[in-house]
Amino acid sequence: PSCHCLPQLPCVYVIASPLVLCWVVPLAVRSLVPVLFPCGFCHLFLDCIIAKESPASLRQEIRGSASCLCSDHEFDMADIFYFCRSGVESIVDDEVTKRFSAQELESWNLLTRSNYNFHHINMRLTLLWGLGLLTRYGILLPLRVTLAVTGISLFLFFTTLVGFLPNAALRSYLSEKVHMMGYRMCVSSLTAIITYHNRENKPKNGAICVANHTTPIDVIILASDRCYSLVGQMHRGLLGMIQSGMVKSSPHIWFDRSEVKDRHLVAKRLSDHVADKTKQPILIFPEGTCINNTSVMMFKKGSFEIGCTIYPVAIKYDPRFGDAFWNSSKCGLVWYLLSMMSSWAIVCSVWYLPPMDREEGEDAVQFANRVKATIAAQGGLVDLIWDGGLKRSKVNDAFKEELQKLYSKVLVGDHEDESERMEI
Amino acid sequence: MGSRASRLLREEEIEEIKKETGFSHSQITRLYSRFTSLDKGENGTLSREDFQRIPELAINPLGDRIINAFFPEGEDQVNFRGFMRTLAHFRPIEDNEKNKNPSATEPLNSRTNKLLFAFRLYDLDRDDKISRDELLQVLRMMVGVNISDEQLGSIADRTIQEADTNGDSCISFNEFIKASFVVNIHICTVVLVLVNI
Repeated sequence: PSCHCLPQLPCVYVIASPLVLCWVVPLAVRSLVPVLFPCGFCHLFLDCIIAKESPASLRQEIRGSASCLCSDHEFDMADIFYFCRSGVESIVDDEVTKRFSAQELESWNLLTRSNYNFHHINMRLTLLWGLGLLTRYGILLPLRVTLAVTGISLFLFFTTLVGFLPNAALRSYLSEKVHMMGYRMCVSSLTAIITYHNRENKPKNGAICVANHTTPIDVIILASDRCYSLVGQMHRGLLGMIQSGMVKSSPHIWFDRSEVKDRHLVAKRLSDHVADKTKQPILIFPEGTCINNTSVMMFKKGSFEIGCTIYPVAIKYDPRFGDAFWNSSKCGLVWYLLSMMSSWAIVCSVWYLPPMDREEGEDAVQFANRVKATIAAQGGLVDLIWDGGLKRSKVNDAFKEELQKLYSKVLVGDHEDESERMEI
Repeated sequence: MGSRASRLLREEEIEEIKKETGFSHSQITRLYSRFTSLDKGENGTLSREDFQRIPELAINPLGDRIINAFFPEGEDQVNFRGFMRTLAHFRPIEDNEKNKNPSATEPLNSRTNKLLFAFRLYDLDRDDKISRDELLQVLRMMVGVNISDEQLGSIADRTIQEADTNGDSCISFNEFIKASFVVNIHICTVVLVLVNI
């Protein structure tokens, strides 16, 4: 009897250990890390370096609260002080540029990549860091990569297989199962510890789901809970292969590079998909680019013009266990995934928010802002009006023209105020 | 793996900057962190493009003039020392600083130096006088297209008339100080708030 058991044992071990480690690791991470990294380790600085008073009107800001003193001067040479100061304030700290790089931590989490300003503190810390390095690269990374490769291969194999099935109903049922399996294996391979809140608000068929965007992993995290139809550009290489595989068995919306620019085409395809109530909800990230999970930036109005129900979702990552933000200007996707797999873990919370519809008299932009504010409030993120596209492009001159118009009113508006006062 | 390859600031440099500008140790390291995050080229200096990348500065009507103030005459790059020297103008004025070193040169953030900073935003050709043209240029930058040339011209004329005391149709620095005397200088300061380490 013992001879039969021995050859079986290694197989069991090989199969069980990744699964066990992907279960043991979350447990370990959750309980040990708060013990190992107490807050007193190495403090860094507060997010905001400048104390700003609450914004008053432009006139008050420039002229001070005693505006009646200057009413006989239309223009005071010192008016430039206001623009001067706000300009220098934005040089010292601004709301936008810091959203495109990883969030700075209060205490170091023993990952070199999060080490911005921490110098060599003591021997103990360096030893801990070395130990952590060995654990992460020696144990966690190889296991995770193996699991990921296994997962993706199985996924490609099964989606192709299911795509050949003649019966549409069976095909969609099985493809859902295959997709979920694929996503769940990916989630385990990243050791993503996800907490879903308010599952009763999970998106239903024939609607659009919007969420804040931090990383491509957002898709995997949301899709491991229910199936979505994804929208995006068709890529080349490995990602393109995966995209083609996905489309064989369920209705995703992939665009060619040339079609992406055609907004009407995009809108048409989205509305067609949404009109069919049997189809899965579409997952859209209206920011259009990855932001570092401290704020929510401008939502593009395209998906809010279609006129269907919107299910907002807020995703918040815990930066202590690993920085989930993908800085596409710093590293490519494969490098990013490898660094994700060599962090401690990806810990995040997902909040499903109640569905929202466009109200009477509300246009697409106002609706988008309302949804954005809801997501920001739930996730504890800063609600910004700035466009995420500022990561790569210059700011629109319209904002400057707005400010110039406001200042002109301060200069010339005196006459209007005076004439009003005299009439009363 | 993607960590910032920035040079760390040496203690001696921090001390020198502290002496010259009056910023505290933690403020200097914090601002150095900001400097390196703006420095996309990672060569230890900032160019005008690095400043232009800040959206809130790009929409400021006087943005270009403020950026100019950081760069010494005719140069295109500013290092950290120059950066701090310009920022030092915006530190709050502390009364006890006057008593510390009566023989030392005036601190960068004195009232006079703050006003000189603002004066230089107008006086582009550095001839120590603000001419009607220079005043018009700044006015035009601040109002955009919303005010006509004639109206702007009359505003400029009236301002020069009120401020000019020696009748040369230009505003010298002394006249400038008196013209903006009503303004509370507090408006010119940037208050830096930091966690105590």
